[in-house]
Amino acid sequence: MSGTQVVPEGAGATHPADRLREAASRYGLIVVLAAMPAYLAISDLTTYGDLSRLGNNLVAGLSNGAIYALIALGYTLVYGIIELINFAHGEVFMIGSFVAFGLWGTFGLGLATGPLGLVVGLFATLLITMVVCGVMNVMIEQVAYKPLRSAPKLAPLITAVGFSFILQNVGILWLGSSPASVPDLIHAQADVLTLFGVTVHRADVLALAVTVPLVLALTTFVTRSRLGKAMRATAQDPEAARLMGVNINTTISLTFLLGGALAGAAGLVNLLYQTNVWYFQGFSAGLIAFTAAVMGGIGNLRGAVLGGLIIGCIQQISDYRIGADWTVAVVFAYLILIMVFRPQGLIGEATREAG
Amino acid sequence: MTALQARLGQSRNLVAAVVCLTLAAIAPLFLDPLSSITDNAITAGAYVVMALGLNIVVGFAGLLDLGYVAFYALGAYTTAWFASLQFAPINHGKGIHILAGDFASKLPGLHFNFLLIVFIAVVITGIAGMFIGLPTLRLRGDYIAIVTLAFGEIIYRFAVNGDRINLAKGATLTGGRQAIAPLDSIDLPGLSPFDSATDLRPFFWLALVLVALVLFVNFRLRDSRLGRAWIAIREDEVAAASMGVPLVKTKLLAYATGAAFGGISGAFLASYQSAVNADQFQFGFSIFILAMIIVGGLGSIWGVVFGAVLLSFINTYLIPNVLNNIPSKIGLDFDLTQLSFGIFGFLILIVMVLRPQGLFPERRRTLELTEGVGAGDSIGEARR
Repeated sequence: MSGTQVVPEGAGATHPADRLREAASRYGLIVVLAAMPAYLAISDLTTYGDLSRLGNNLVAGLSNGAIYALIALGYTLVYGIIELINFAHGEVFMIGSFVAFGLWGTFGLGLATGPLGLVVGLFATLLITMVVCGVMNVMIEQVAYKPLRSAPKLAPLITAVGFSFILQNVGILWLGSSPASVPDLIHAQADVLTLFGVTVHRADVLALAVTVPLVLALTTFVTRSRLGKAMRATAQDPEAARLMGVNINTTISLTFLLGGALAGAAGLVNLLYQTNVWYFQGFSAGLIAFTAAVMGGIGNLRGAVLGGLIIGCIQQISDYRIGADWTVAVVFAYLILIMVFRPQGLIGEATREAG
Repeated sequence: MTALQARLGQSRNLVAAVVCLTLAAIAPLFLDPLSSITDNAITAGAYVVMALGLNIVVGFAGLLDLGYVAFYALGAYTTAWFASLQFAPINHGKGIHILAGDFASKLPGLHFNFLLIVFIAVVITGIAGMFIGLPTLRLRGDYIAIVTLAFGEIIYRFAVNGDRINLAKGATLTGGRQAIAPLDSIDLPGLSPFDSATDLRPFFWLALVLVALVLFVNFRLRDSRLGRAWIAIREDEVAAASMGVPLVKTKLLAYATGAAFGGISGAFLASYQSAVNADQFQFGFSIFILAMIIVGGLGSIWGVVFGAVLLSFINTYLIPNVLNNIPSKIGLDFDLTQLSFGIFGFLILIVMVLRPQGLFPERRRTLELTEGVGAGDSIGEARR
């Protein structure tokens, strides 16, 4: 952000008003985020005498948030490296669900499949979906973004929007324009355990069981491996990285591959979790996940996961307390508030664009 | 460019505009009063107004707005609020009428004259445009796109869920997915009331007047101090600011002007269709309008007019009437109309990758592209 932020002259950081402003900027977002759960906790306590309703919302929120976190990681990886909002990313996630659903048919996975077959089949589905989505994301990059890499930043964003519509229509061709329900393979809503009135469902366990290892693997890859180092170098300064012998094109493709693979995994988890599939699911999930990435601080992996979990909780609370029809509006209101008051997110550093 | 050349350029635009509009105005006289061509042309006219409005924000000022449908919605709902039975309980069921037509002035609810409604729509959307612009002032580039998109979606949500927002005495904010209909027909002073059941041509001529008006305003704005300021911030915001261009005022005016055009068009389209349905205001429509200005040429007024007419033609005629049967002919089972947004997405992609300056690029941009003058970070600039 350049030029338009006015710093009052002669007001050092020790000035009380200035310190207040700094504190507001730092903790304001957290206060805004905590306001809704806190209000609901108080109202639950006074009406029902316990917090089990809010607890259930939060459990479902965290597991939903795990899916958003997987998608948000794709946004954040790509933005971190080429400062592009990969608008088609939500649609990659959607195609992931479609591919996974198709694979169930191929493998013959159904309600009659035994536990062992189910585990093996779903694991195979997960791997293939991740590969397909990763490769598709790379192809999108090659077709829609690579030719525009030296063009102004808004050009690839426009092609991304165009691509997202193309993929949505692929979804319509594939399974029609209304949501299709799929077999509830894992009995997603079966209880696993109940603690103080808070129930954990199988779907919650599944979401975390897929997300946590993937996130750990990704962070290890990015922080430890040679290619991860190349990614971080490219994110920091593409030109300097190139001069140091990093192959920029490969690195960017690798980033898209990883992001797409995570979106594919999210697609499978979502399929098992929601037991339905719809061409439009990627649009809203993509935007919610993008909000999560911005909330955490775009370009920051831990931030994306944190943002995903928070947004998941907000979404669940809004679904159950305000009404599912309003959830998109609520999430977007949060998005605008974050963009206005803390564009660098909760734990992000100031980027060139939005510091 | 010398003053003489500029004069010539202006008069060429004037001649082109007069010739085009005159030909267009005569054309429906040779057609049936209820011809579907006229019907499509009216829609196209309204889209031209919207595309020219979006062109001010995206093409001139370089602020990517993905929520333009919000202003279409607000304009359309202005008509729906001020020319229907939506607020029937108002004034104890007697209604409030200001210069309304003979028929409408006996009905309950709010019934204002169309010109008044357009004025109200301009005010509402202008304010909404500035309101949407405010949070984006500190941001640049892609973040602006997302914030405007978010606003567009929030307005859409209010339109869809508005049938459950009770204002008073059972009057709701919108009709949700149930259309608010019928709306009063257009009744201009000195003319007989418009009636879309017997003659579409008055609507067409009114659309042409709106297009002419908006074209005139567009050309004058582009050549004004404000227009130059818009192009300056598009080319380089920091340089423009240091040259004394007031960023806040300039950007907000771009949002407000662009939004007002959207509002005018929305108010007109709603009156013409005599119904306002929340499902018209989905995100895809923003992209439809954006595709028009990208295909035509960002920032180029004639290009945008062409793009709007072309895409409107593709949307209302080519896809449903000509191409729709092709999939079934080659043995595939789907309607092409379902895929219209995919087709527009494809158009955007192709144009952006192969010909980023659009079909009829702005002269300034052509110069930039061929001679490398003033290379900045504007949208649609070609690969360097």
